[in-house]
Formats: sequence, C-alpha cells, structure tokens
Amino acid sequence: MDALRDFLSAYSTTIAIVGVNALLALSVWVTLYAGQLTLGNAAFMAVGAYVSALLGRYLDVPFPLALAIGAVGSGALAAPLGLTVFRLRGVYLAIATLAFGEVVRVVLLATPITGKGQGLNGIPPKTELWHVYLTLAVVAYVLWRVQGSIVGRAWAAIREDELAAASQGIPVRRYKLAAFAIGALVAGWAGGLSAHVTFSIDPNDFAFTKAVQILVFAVVGGVPSVLGPIFGATLLTSLPELLRPLKDARDIFQGLVLLGVIVYLPRGLVTLAQLRRTRRLQQIGATDVA
Amino acid sequence: MSLETLALTKRFGGVIAVNAVDLGIASRQVFGLIGPNGAGKTTLINVIAGQLRPDGGTVRFEGEDVTGLEAHQLTRRGIARTFQGGRVFKGLTAYENVLIGRHTRMRSDVLAALVPFRTPSENVDRDHAHALLERVGLRQRATTLAGELAYGDQRRLEIARALASEPRLLVLDEPAAGLNATESDRLRELMRALVGDGLTIILIEHNVRLVMGTCERVAVLNFGRKIAEGSPSEIQADPVVREAYLGAEDAA
Repeated sequence: MDALRDFLSAYSTTIAIVGVNALLALSVWVTLYAGQLTLGNAAFMAVGAYVSALLGRYLDVPFPLALAIGAVGSGALAAPLGLTVFRLRGVYLAIATLAFGEVVRVVLLATPITGKGQGLNGIPPKTELWHVYLTLAVVAYVLWRVQGSIVGRAWAAIREDELAAASQGIPVRRYKLAAFAIGALVAGWAGGLSAHVTFSIDPNDFAFTKAVQILVFAVVGGVPSVLGPIFGATLLTSLPELLRPLKDARDIFQGLVLLGVIVYLPRGLVTLAQLRRTRRLQQIGATDVA
Repeated sequence: MSLETLALTKRFGGVIAVNAVDLGIASRQVFGLIGPNGAGKTTLINVIAGQLRPDGGTVRFEGEDVTGLEAHQLTRRGIARTFQGGRVFKGLTAYENVLIGRHTRMRSDVLAALVPFRTPSENVDRDHAHALLERVGLRQRATTLAGELAYGDQRRLEIARALASEPRLLVLDEPAAGLNATESDRLRELMRALVGDGLTIILIEHNVRLVMGTCERVAVLNFGRKIAEGSPSEIQADPVVREAYLGAEDAA
C-alpha cells in the first residue's frame, strides 16, 4: 500500500496527464468515427484551459463551474465554426480546422488578459487524479453507448458514404456538427483539467504539434472502438517515462513504435484483439464465421 | 398520382442535362425511364430524390410541392432510392446497412442507450430489418460485411436498405446491371411483389427485356428531353424511339 502511495505521489503529474491525453484522444475520436478529419481540438483545449484559469483567477469561480464554463464555451465556439468548415472534406477540412487553431493561438498571443506570449503562470493545482479519471470514465462510457445507438450508426454511415447516408434520411450536416461540438466540449474540459495540473500555460502549448499529437493518440490506438484512443494516449504518454533508461535512443524507439503500428496495424492497436480472433477461426477452419 | 414533374430543368454550365421534363407517374406501378447513355436519366432522378437542386421547374410528390428539398427530407416523406453501381456501406454488416436505412422510422434511443445494460434499438426495428433481409434472400448473410458480399447480393442489400424506410416511391437506378438472367428474373418478381404491396417504382434500366417485361409505362429521354412516353409496346413501335434509342442499342 505504501509502495502504491509512493508511486502515485512520484508520478501523479504523469498519471494525470495520461488521463487528460486520453480525454483529448476521445475528443478527436468522435469526429474521426464520423469520418471527419479535424485538427481543431488543441485550440478547443486552449479555450477550456484559458477560460477556466481566468475565471478562477479574476472572478473566484469555483473550480468545477469554471471547468464547465470552459467546456461549454468551447463547444459553443465549435457550432459556428463547424457550420463554415463542414462545407469541406478530407484534407481541406483538416487544413481549415488547423487554421482555426492558428487563429486561436495568435489571438492568445496578442491579448493582454491571456498574458500574451508569457501565458498564465501560477494556476492553482486544483486538479485531483480522481477528477481526471472520473470524467474519463464518464466520457468513455457515454461515447461507447452512443456508438451503439442510432446516432453512432448514423455517424458510421456518414463515414462510409455521405451521399448514401443522406438518402437514408440522415441529416448529414447536423450529425457532423454534433460530433464536432461534442469533441470540442470534451477537449475544452480536458484543457481546463490540464491547466490546473501544470501550473502554467502559454499559447504554444496548444499549437500545431499538440493538434497532431492528439490525432496520433487516437489513430495509433484505433478508431473502431472507444478503447483505442485511451490505449493510444496511455501508451504514447507513458512510453517516454518507461523508456527513460534508453536515454538518447528514446525518441528513435518511440518513432519505431509509431511506424510499426501504422504499417502493420493501420486500424490501430485495438485491432490486435480482432486479429487474434480471426487467426484462431482460420485455424479451426471456420472462415465463414470470420 | 405519386410523382409529377413540371418543366423540370437542370443545367451544368452550358449543358442542359435535363430539359423541361414533364412526368406524371401514377401510384402502384413500375414506371420505366430509358434512354441512351448520357440522356440525363440519372441526373433527372438525382433532382427528383434530392441529390441535386433543380434550376427550374417543380417536383410534386403525392400532391405536395417538394422542389429543392434535401435528400434526407425526401426520404422522410417517403422517397427512397438505390444508386447506379451500388453504394452499400461496405465496412458495415448487411444487418447494420438495413438498420441505418430505417433511420427515419426509428425513435431516437440516445438517452435510453445511456442506461446501463439496456440494449438500444427496439425489437420491432430488429425484426423489421431481419424480415427485409429475408425478403431479398440475404437472411443468412446478416452478419457479413456488405463489402464482402457478392455483387448481386450487394444490389439486393441496397434494395432492402431502401425499403427499410418504408417508402411509397422507390427509385432504382440500373438495379440489374451486372446481374445474370436468373438474378434479373428474381429482381422482376421482387418489383412486381412490391407494387402489389402498394409501392410505386421508378426503374432506370438498360436491360430492354427487363424494362419491357416489368413496366406499366415507359418514358424515353434523349439529350435531356422526354421524346416519348407510353406503354412498353407503344414505345417499341415508336419510330422516334427506334431511331434515338433502339438504334443506338443495336450498335452496342
């Protein structure tokens, strides 16, 4: 028990960041599941982080309420943005959402109240581990259940074939927008949590690299299941810690892991489980079942 | 009257793909739409089913003006379709395909889905989906990914998916392309049975034998214009049609 307590106190920041990253990976999973490649979630995270930190600092808003306002604000920002960018598809959509991220970063850099390039320092460490993991559990559960509902099926249909989905009576634009706003809400909440873990935030924490990192968590873990993004974020966030003994070779090894997953498991780590099942079925000659 | 179009027009740049087409399609019949390649058949039904917006003219469905409505709104009102070449959701199972086709007839179950240990989607919808798979002969393939089905099976799955929305007008765009003689005979039987159930069908088809053997009425398009309309035998005897369409078919 003492050993566990020591471990938790030594690594509590890393453990909290693992959970926050899992939330972020889930936030981009929602749009990926609907077949939309968006890269705006680092910016939504920034909105949640800054809004909650500023509300706490200047207006003494209680922590949970500040988090909620940050998340809702982020989701509300997604609605008008989504209306505009969802005229685009594929790579063009990714670029447009990335541009939105840059706009948010530049606005943060130029605004006095957000501390410009200095960012905000001395944010009180209000985030407890259970805050992170309780919300992770709730978000994962809700998304898992939504995946199996009429909404999840509509998202899958849109991912498979947008034109055919529309002629099944699915209002495609509305469903895409909902996915985008839900993702933004989750990312905003995660941003608020992370700001109160790390003491300080600045605009570059939420730049292009962060947007891509979030996407990589989800893609490496795998989009077919909500467990995928959680796996991916956990592995890729803890790997640098686990690989500490490798010293300089650490980045190389991490790159190799990424490359291996993308080449051999293009649908992500979660497909490992399915692969084993298929192989076993083939061994017993039950190819029809697979 | 199921569907009427009045002076329906669609342009692409300088090309008039559909040129002032008037149609009157009575209920409970198979209405054939034929014409040489590029005659504007698919464009016409894309305008009717909401994939494209018309540049002029009106579309009335069961007496109501539905011009310019979007595809998902038209499906809700009772128009379903299949696509040329087939557009099943290949990464989903046959059963899931049909269940998605039922989207407009299902109650939203998102909130119910959040309750632990409850299976979303109601029994009545599951039974309906399985009954439709049975009807098109795919009951045994319910859990197969649509992309792994044989081509003919994919075409039939697409029809089952369209029927899942309980349409009153079904638009089939070249459903027999790539089917062998036995399969296209079964398709004809299915269409006749559906009309018996009260459906109206618009059939676009190159297979002359199937069109002549299935349709009550046939309209012929050429260069975006309707050049003839009548019973199959009238169409076969029409010299204008022979020149424009059957002549072109002979060469093929």
